[in-house]
Amino acid sequence: MTKVLTTRFDLKGEACDIDVYIKTGGYAALEKAFREMTPEAVIEEVKKSALRGRGGAGFPTGMKWSFVPKESKRPKYVVCNADESEPGTGKDRDLMRWDPHMLIEGMLITAYALNARDSYIYIRGEYWYIKEILERAIAQAYERGYLGKNVLGSGREFNLYVHPGAGAYICGEETALLESLEGKRGHPRLKPPFPAVVGLYGGPTVVNNVETLAAVPWIISNGGDAYRALGTEKSGGTKLFTVSGHIVRPGNYEVPMGYPMSKLIYEDCGGIRNGKKLKAVIPGGSSVPIITAEEVEKCGLDYESVAAVGSMLGSGGVIVMDETVDIFETTRNLTHFYHHESCGWCTPCREGTRWLQKVFERMHRYEGRPGDVELLHELADKILGKSFCPLGDAAAMPVQSAIDKFREDFDRRIKHDLVQIKMHAAD
Amino acid sequence: MYSEANENKIDELLTHYPVKRSAVLPVLYIAQEEHGYVTDEDVKYIARRLDMRVNEVEEVVTFYTMYSRKPVGKYKLQVCRTISCQILGAEAITEHLCRKLGTGLGETTSDGKFTVMEVECLGYCDLAPVLQVNFDYHEQVDTARVDKIVDELV
Ligand SMILES: Cc1cc2nc3c(=O)[nH]c(=O)nc-3n(C[C@H](O)[C@H](O)[C@H](O)COP(=O)(O)O)c2cc1C
Ligand code: SF4
Ligand code: FES
Repeated sequence: MTKVLTTRFDLKGEACDIDVYIKTGGYAALEKAFREMTPEAVIEEVKKSALRGRGGAGFPTGMKWSFVPKESKRPKYVVCNADESEPGTGKDRDLMRWDPHMLIEGMLITAYALNARDSYIYIRGEYWYIKEILERAIAQAYERGYLGKNVLGSGREFNLYVHPGAGAYICGEETALLESLEGKRGHPRLKPPFPAVVGLYGGPTVVNNVETLAAVPWIISNGGDAYRALGTEKSGGTKLFTVSGHIVRPGNYEVPMGYPMSKLIYEDCGGIRNGKKLKAVIPGGSSVPIITAEEVEKCGLDYESVAAVGSMLGSGGVIVMDETVDIFETTRNLTHFYHHESCGWCTPCREGTRWLQKVFERMHRYEGRPGDVELLHELADKILGKSFCPLGDAAAMPVQSAIDKFREDFDRRIKHDLVQIKMHAAD
Repeated sequence: MYSEANENKIDELLTHYPVKRSAVLPVLYIAQEEHGYVTDEDVKYIARRLDMRVNEVEEVVTFYTMYSRKPVGKYKLQVCRTISCQILGAEAITEHLCRKLGTGLGETTSDGKFTVMEVECLGYCDLAPVLQVNFDYHEQVDTARVDKIVDELV
């Protein structure tokens, strides 16, 4: 299997050194782009690759870049989203700690294509040691003339800075991220205008995920068609999946788009721990609908195939749960998460997640009232599609899908008074 | 207000952005590094240094969970509580830590050394369950490992 993203993972950090990176083919794509390609040609190549955003939404990357106006009075920016806070996801972490220069190179090619001088990596504050790895790598890139004034004799200046977040899931949402980078609370902005037109400090801004940007050097070196051919027609290339939970070999796995999910789980990851059976999988980070063991069997790992079983590829965080797991408890856990992380800006999400949590807590104590399962479903419905940003949907979808597919785990939490139990008995 | 090295660091940070205010998150980490938490003095000083109003700095501090406006333990023992860690026993780790140190969740031991906290997903889900002590990650922990980590800090 061709590797795009993880070729240097086995070096366990040696590639943080720029000499090792260059010796293993690094910065060749940058040289090629700067010396042989126009910015338009770079965007064309990325369009051809069918690369889609790896941060969760899956938006076609080349198309996003082409929304950036060529001429702009305000400076343009490239911002890397390294907030990685979607539960179940730890892939950007390894990309940055094992191969920081590949991200830097991808960002430089992007900045060249969009004619941006300054770029930022917004990294979650908890990844402080990775921030330091990136800063050391950036300092080396300045020393070698890949950053700074007159990069590779192009007459152009490129700067790159690392900016730490400080513990707020919502800052992974791109417009909240930009607010945060401007030194404010992380409340999302109204869209449109999209960041590609009005973004950081009012300038056109491309926000891309770490994994998205890290794929760019390979695409430039090998061509967009070659990248696309690695995956499926609509989902080009490879993808990094974080597999966590009850699995023999958890970790980050790079596989071609369209790879069978069951093969990833049972072969690459060695199957379920302790000889237990699989119960359920959350395939794309905690925000996407849960799927059953049977659905796993027929699911391929690409945007279209995961959608066909009613879920989403999301960030690629595959959370594996064995038969001992109570889906009510995992869903309660996630509701706590979304309630905690709701930024409080809009009522449906702020109040809706609070109500959801309230009902979950009483059911947790086995004090659920008859009708509470339906109530959870309705409360989720009142958030779905009615909140200001997608965090609301992310809170609602897991609840509804868990009830729809694992209803018995919820019903167990309802306390029936004696009259009702008698009535049931009489049925 | 801060050490010379940190004041220089702030000057350097200000060169990263077209507006001073953008430096508020990194500068707040410097405040915490020096004082353990963000003090009233820090808020006022940072406001002045970054051309912000005091309440603007205050708003930011309270929005982000990694800052504290109250003293916390020298070592923050942060156990991830979210799903991947949950299903691999995070709750037992938290309970064990609280029992071992004789403290409640979010409370600090009387010697001011430890604060046990539950935090949300730390991005180490494949290495669950995880404990982060200040900025240091400890992966795939169990109660024995946690004991060792804490005993070395006592
Ligand atoms: C609540 C919420 C949290 C998000 N968190 C992240 C994140 O941690 N990392 C990320 O890359 N994208 C995250 N996103 C998606 C971003 O808004 C955005 O779509 C992405 O950074 C675009 O980059 P891409 O096209 O390369 O994926 C989040 C979105 C929402 C609504
Ligand atoms: S949906 Fe939630 S996170 Fe998004 S703006 Fe509304 S309150 Fe904030
Ligand atoms: S769920 Fe614990 S690190 Fe992600």
